[in-house]
Amino acid sequence: MIVESDETMPVRTSDDVVRVRQAVRARSVAAGFSLVDQTKIITAASEIARNTVDYGGGGTLRIEVLRNGQRRGVRLTFADQGPGIADVAQAMTDGFTSGHGLGLGLSGAKRLVNEFKIVSAPGQGTEITLARWK
Amino acid sequence: MSEIPILKIGDCLLVSIQVDMHDRLAMALQDDLTERIVRDRARGVMIDISALEIVDSFIGRMLNNIAAMSRVLDAVTVVVGMRPAVAITLVELGLTLSGVRTALNVDKGLAMIRGLIDTPERVDDRRER
Repeated sequence: MIVESDETMPVRTSDDVVRVRQAVRARSVAAGFSLVDQTKIITAASEIARNTVDYGGGGTLRIEVLRNGQRRGVRLTFADQGPGIADVAQAMTDGFTSGHGLGLGLSGAKRLVNEFKIVSAPGQGTEITLARWK
Repeated sequence: MSEIPILKIGDCLLVSIQVDMHDRLAMALQDDLTERIVRDRARGVMIDISALEIVDSFIGRMLNNIAAMSRVLDAVTVVVGMRPAVAITLVELGLTLSGVRTALNVDKGLAMIRGLIDTPERVDDRRER
């Protein structure tokens, strides 16, 4: 697998969430994604970026454009040093929310990408990796 | 005041969202619209989202809230101009926008609002929800 581009940006404020959407759009266009694929990964990124700001106390996003043979993809890694998630399985359930949202953030974002991984524990922060392939 | 202009056309309010909204802006729009419905005695609210490249759960919740608040204030809300890629993504995300009426474009949206305001069947329609 070849990494075609690799960049990291801050995810601290709601303005950063907008910047995340713009950066993910630019990278998914660069990877040759269709409009629907672009829309899906941007929407997933928006959900997770908001979680990083609201629950993780801010963090970073690493955006990589990957090539695996003929396939190209975009991999997003959101990392924060926040309180972490005690029960990841529960947090992944549709409708479960610890805040004021609809509880669709994590579970909905997962449905919009091809790969989804959460590494989190109380006091250990949270790292969420999403990838979508063309 | 939000940075998103709210236009008054007869007894309707028209909002066209042309910017990538951060969350505070979405909340401000919700508050402004509610205030304007009362101040302008509006009966209909049309929200044009044709320029929006994504609708995530936060923006979806804002649309639901605006529809619910306007209903309580005796106005109907119609969301128009959703892009096909946005519609596909919304459904996969799990957001149904069940409380929001939608129309394909501004013309159809206005016709829908007129129909809802002018016909008495709106009373039955409300009872269902």
